[in-house]
Amino acid sequence: FRCFSSALTPELKNTVDKVVKSNKVVLFMKGTKDFPQCGFSNTVVQILNSLNVPFETINILENEMLRMGLKEYSNWPTFPQLYIEGEFFGGCDITVEAYKNGELQELLEKAMCT
Amino acid sequence: MGVTKEQVESSLTSKLKPSHLEVIDTSGGCGASFAIEIVSEQFQGKRLLERHRIVNAALEEEMKQIHALSIKKVLTPEQWKQQQEAENSKPDA
Repeated sequence: FRCFSSALTPELKNTVDKVVKSNKVVLFMKGTKDFPQCGFSNTVVQILNSLNVPFETINILENEMLRMGLKEYSNWPTFPQLYIEGEFFGGCDITVEAYKNGELQELLEKAMCT
Repeated sequence: MGVTKEQVESSLTSKLKPSHLEVIDTSGGCGASFAIEIVSEQFQGKRLLERHRIVNAALEEEMKQIHALSIKKVLTPEQWKQQQEAENSKPDA
């Protein structure tokens, strides 16, 4: 229970729900896939590029409400945030780890086939 | 006032009772930035995402001021022991 006001309004939650469910792979990041503005965001973009999967990126630097709201939505304090099939997958460290051990490829292949 | 390596270490130590903890200050002068390796019984039976969430939660206060946090290793004592043994058995690595 939070007694302070939440950045994640019902409207914002609805919007995020829609975005993560209407795209199989979504990356909320600092910058864009063509111009990442942080090394951690860039790392995840490079991994997704190398795996050859289509993905959407959303620049959280352009929307402070979204940036604050997403931290609550995912219960994750930092960016980038990767979502696969509507589910929060992790940040940069988790994505790198899953890439190294093959779990990420497996999950993405499954996502692409559904 | 920024967050110091010692503050990060003391929060993690008191909340997660790690059997091994390494906090590396990776800030290149631009502010608080850390890399962490942590081994604790509390990660037993938890997936990687849940383990990271436990670490993030333990540093909730500090996170407000930390610019970058990289969790390099979150292991159970058992996994840690296995990794150490694997590393020792290949001296060239």
